[in-house]
Amino acid sequence: MSKKKMMRASIPVEEYMFPGTVDCQGCGGAYAMRLALKALGPETMVVIPACCWSIIAGPFPTSALKMPIYHTAFETAAAMASGIKAGLEIKGKKATVMAWAGDGGTFDIGIQALSAAAERNEDIIYVCYDNEAYQNTGIQRSSATPWGAWTTTTPRKHPKDRPKKNMMEIMAAHRIPYCATSTCGHPEDFVRKLQKAKEIVGTRFVHVLATCPTGWRSPPEWQLKIPRLAVETCVFPLYEIENGVYKINKKPKEKLPVIEYLKTQGRFRHLTEEQVQYIQGEVDKNWELLLKKEKLGRIF
Amino acid sequence: MSTVKVITGNHAASFGARDCRAEVIAAYPITPQTQVVELLSEFCADGVLKAKFIKVESEHSAMAACIGASAAGARAYTATSAHGLALMHEMLHWAANARHPVVMANINRAMGPPWSIWTDQNDSLAQRDTGWLQFYCESNQEVYDTTMIVFKVCEQVLLPGMLVLDAYILSHTYEPVEMPDQELIDEFLPPFDPPYRMDLDDPHAFGALCTPEWYMELRYLIQEAHEKALVTAREVEKEFTKTFGRSYGVVEFYRCEDAEEVIMIAGSTASTAKDAVDIMRKQGRKIGLARIKLFRPFPNEEIRELASKVNKLIVIDRNISFGNQGIFFNEIKACLCNEKNRPPVYGFIAGLGGRDMKIEDITGIVEQADTCDIEEILWWGVKL
Amino acid sequence: MTEVKFKTAHDLPPCSISVTNELTKTGNWRNAKPVFHKEKCIQCGICWKVCPNACIILGEYPEWNMDYCKGCGVCAEECPKDAIEMEDERVMI
Repeated sequence: MSKKKMMRASIPVEEYMFPGTVDCQGCGGAYAMRLALKALGPETMVVIPACCWSIIAGPFPTSALKMPIYHTAFETAAAMASGIKAGLEIKGKKATVMAWAGDGGTFDIGIQALSAAAERNEDIIYVCYDNEAYQNTGIQRSSATPWGAWTTTTPRKHPKDRPKKNMMEIMAAHRIPYCATSTCGHPEDFVRKLQKAKEIVGTRFVHVLATCPTGWRSPPEWQLKIPRLAVETCVFPLYEIENGVYKINKKPKEKLPVIEYLKTQGRFRHLTEEQVQYIQGEVDKNWELLLKKEKLGRIF
Repeated sequence: MSTVKVITGNHAASFGARDCRAEVIAAYPITPQTQVVELLSEFCADGVLKAKFIKVESEHSAMAACIGASAAGARAYTATSAHGLALMHEMLHWAANARHPVVMANINRAMGPPWSIWTDQNDSLAQRDTGWLQFYCESNQEVYDTTMIVFKVCEQVLLPGMLVLDAYILSHTYEPVEMPDQELIDEFLPPFDPPYRMDLDDPHAFGALCTPEWYMELRYLIQEAHEKALVTAREVEKEFTKTFGRSYGVVEFYRCEDAEEVIMIAGSTASTAKDAVDIMRKQGRKIGLARIKLFRPFPNEEIRELASKVNKLIVIDRNISFGNQGIFFNEIKACLCNEKNRPPVYGFIAGLGGRDMKIEDITGIVEQADTCDIEEILWWGVKL
Repeated sequence: MTEVKFKTAHDLPPCSISVTNELTKTGNWRNAKPVFHKEKCIQCGICWKVCPNACIILGEYPEWNMDYCKGCGVCAEECPKDAIEMEDERVMI
């Protein structure tokens, strides 16, 4: 009897997230969690500070995940994860403890606890799903909001006029064993990096770009298309910093002009040609720098 | 065999945490608490205490880490004071609302500005609404003993609790402290075993959004737990006396049996006040002292019973709720508000920012209460 | 929404601790639904892979869990063979 051909699976098959989560249609943050749990497996505990996932995880008495979740206060993801890990260790229990925070809870209000946990090299995985603003509270800017983007607190007449904070370098400067970027548009890459992180002891930081149709003013079905363009235009490069050594995972054969990325989202619609050129200049500069850093060997 | 060591209040707290087998300690240094965590750090390094010591970067993170550890099923402990306690405020709510029995030693230190390292009670009292149990100590022995009482009560009712001791007067002053046999302590305080924890074999989400449909009921359960804590505290105090010989009660009564007037106070000033009571007794006053040990939950019964038998209560607050009055004063009055037999209650603010409270201050306050207007908010010794 | 029935405070756990994994039936959020053209399907598995809410069941051919499918359109967008089309489900009044 011939074996029936089944659908191909390029990522682990088991689901740890139940359908029916209340994320917006096309939410990169929800998708990223689905992928992350496939990568890490069932022996994982998730710590969620205030962010979209505080809601996506489901109201009491429901839970969207098969594994334990600890909801915590906004600035405490890394501290709470450290405490849970210590509690488990002293009781002789093992689990992967993953802090799952938004950009606000990582770049801004959560940075103090995160820096401290990284300095202590706490044995946790910290994933920042970055939708580039305080989306859960209605699209206010964070230090992860890119230059020029509209948010409710960076209105069209005064869009964000500071560059996106370089969280990867900040984390790598703590001399932690592993930092990586990924996007929700690169599922195999994100899964691979988390699988790799799982085998490393110490603080592991993964920065995943998560599409937000609501905040970015983009069609929900472009959940993967937009982050792919972010990588192909070098706006958001895919790279790792492992023990202080940079490694770029994807060098686009044809580096697309940034306008290809910017035009997919309403939050950039107001940009003048001059502003787009400025962004192109900054992206090019940062990309050149990144290429140079890759050649320097151990930096941190 | 019990041992006696002459140690500071801070070290009494450290030894208390050690002998209660704290499993995760997350703390941040602040004067005058530092010695609590320094000694605990040594205990952990020497292997005397099998615990994880997380050197966090702020008190807010200290409480978050303690909550996380407790959520994972470990016995969590920390210590702080004044601004550190204030910084923890959000997470104090979190610990109580999440029903984790974290135990903390708080060194009562005055809030700034101006910077002050000396004692008063505003820091801990400002947290009285967070749902934490609060036990106020008079001596280093009591600090050591109360550690195991707090752990036991808190773990039974699933609420966090703090033991409070005065800055310098207790924290840095040496007193003899008897530490019982570890076996007796282990019997008194069994291992921590919460009904819910972060467990791969029994996964739950903790602390998710709750609509108005059930939030109020969850809060009711906390209030109920406090009511249970009051009963449990009385029982545990009795059990403590039976096992270890020493007795505190939830309100400690000194020479109140035939008293006409009673001073009410919390903290180490009670020791001075007891001496003042002895002096005034010799002078012919029928006066006693009631020391409030348990403040949250509030010991309504004990205070109402006392009030029904006396002609006057004189409450001395080493704190002030700005815009109103001393906090113990307010709560005692509220407790007696509907009682048929309630005596006049006088309130004094004294000793803020560590201003010394001597015997003559206590006797002076009692004499002033003979003639002053009961409606006045009286600040004892303030230079006006 | 869920089968859990709390009647009084004393039925509750001590805090908001979850007791069920049964979530909102988000199927009624849809404006458009995915329509599958099996003849074009090459069983590549991409639709299953990209669904943000795990609403596609992996098998010989994809099956949609319409109780939960929000109609986001990501599967249709990502299908390399245009085997999935989004069909407007709205009723015009």
